[in-house]
Amino acid sequence: MSAHNRPDYDIAVVGGGLVGSATAWGLARLGQKVAILDEGDIAVRPSRGNFALVWVQGKGLGMPEYAGWTKGSSDRWTGFAGMLRDQTGIDVHYERPGGFMPLLSEAEVEARAAQLSRLHNQPSMVRYDYEMLDRAAVAKEMPYIGKDVVGASYCALDGHCNSLRLLRALHAGLGLHGAAYLPNHRVERIEPRDGGFRLITSAGELGAGKVVLAAGHDSARLAPMVGLSAPVRPERGHIIVTEKTAPFLKFPVGYIRQTDEGGVMIGDSFEDVGFDTTVRNGVTSTIAERAIRIFPLLGKLNVVRTWAALRVMSPDGFPIYEQSTSAPGAFVATCHSGVTLAANHALALAPHIAAGRLPEEFTVFSARRFDVPKAA
Amino acid sequence: MFQRLPNASGERVSFTIDGRPAEALSGDSVAAALFANGVQTCRSTPVSGAPRAPYCMMGVCFDCLVIIDDVGNQQGCQVRVRPGMRVETQNGKREIAR
Repeated sequence: MSAHNRPDYDIAVVGGGLVGSATAWGLARLGQKVAILDEGDIAVRPSRGNFALVWVQGKGLGMPEYAGWTKGSSDRWTGFAGMLRDQTGIDVHYERPGGFMPLLSEAEVEARAAQLSRLHNQPSMVRYDYEMLDRAAVAKEMPYIGKDVVGASYCALDGHCNSLRLLRALHAGLGLHGAAYLPNHRVERIEPRDGGFRLITSAGELGAGKVVLAAGHDSARLAPMVGLSAPVRPERGHIIVTEKTAPFLKFPVGYIRQTDEGGVMIGDSFEDVGFDTTVRNGVTSTIAERAIRIFPLLGKLNVVRTWAALRVMSPDGFPIYEQSTSAPGAFVATCHSGVTLAANHALALAPHIAAGRLPEEFTVFSARRFDVPKAA
Repeated sequence: MFQRLPNASGERVSFTIDGRPAEALSGDSVAAALFANGVQTCRSTPVSGAPRAPYCMMGVCFDCLVIIDDVGNQQGCQVRVRPGMRVETQNGKREIAR
């Protein structure tokens, strides 16, 4: 590309949620000239509605490489949070006290033990410790568990953070790194041109040498424009938040956790309902009831907010990372664990994109895995 | 700071504020009763610890949160004071057990 024809940006990242922001932050940190193209307030925004776990245990059955990728991100999280704090002054309150998955019957205990055993027995599974705990061992750490709690699985790697602060810190950091955040720039078309890309947006056109699709649900529409595929669908999850309460719960406990500011979040639902973020009382009462069985004390608390958000799910639930073969400067990155994987997106994925090539170990995350014809 | 209107009427109601005996008139909300007893602040906020007092007096602002008969985060302006009621100022977050 000749000097007078230089694109406006080295890299355009489509999507200003957690995946896009973390990746863009990692790119800008390496000196890349980055633009983040975001939609407006009407966009479907899972990054504003998530549960904020940095969670390892139980992940990767069927794709051990995902377990390794997840553990790697968890291992990078302390350093990542420190970098954000040093750069922006924002503490994202990352804590790694270990996490419990509470189990309410012997059948649940057996199923969980078998599931974790299968997970960890996979060939090339990353090595880390987890424990199956009986009721007494769980009660030792959390004396206020309900009588229905039979046991729990525990993993010392699990943690949580304040994910709204994480998003804010990433955006503040992007500004400090000189990246351009462009809201209300819905990308209508992407045209590979002259070894780079023209992005036609609702607010004008711009050029970029590379493009990263991190648009969550909208990546499904955008990916085919650059020879990629991102067959993601929405999965609705409800979250309940209680009034702020003096700290009583140090650990993230499956789908219950107490935030750094004291509110208790409860979110334990999975529904396939399309792009519908309506809150359904039946769902919230079911998840509240289960939470109260785990921690009866929760029954005393007032609920201050409920909402529903839409997880970005691939057909097998694992992330998609892929580089286009027809337009090699184009990349797609999508997952439903934008908090857990934020450290990796910033510190492990971004350097490869800056260098222009995803290495061999990312092949397993390619969307081509979905092209296998369905067996009869 | 606050004074009752000259024509205020009602039966006297005895209750306690942080364990100290206090008096209100029947029909008073807890928030009004606190003001009538010269209480300037009734709680501190859960995150920054800033002092707060009843403000909107109509159930909207949640600044009048107090502990009533051992239950935290009660809106003082939405509860009528009752004989023998124990009202306590709340420092920061409520305790889950009360």
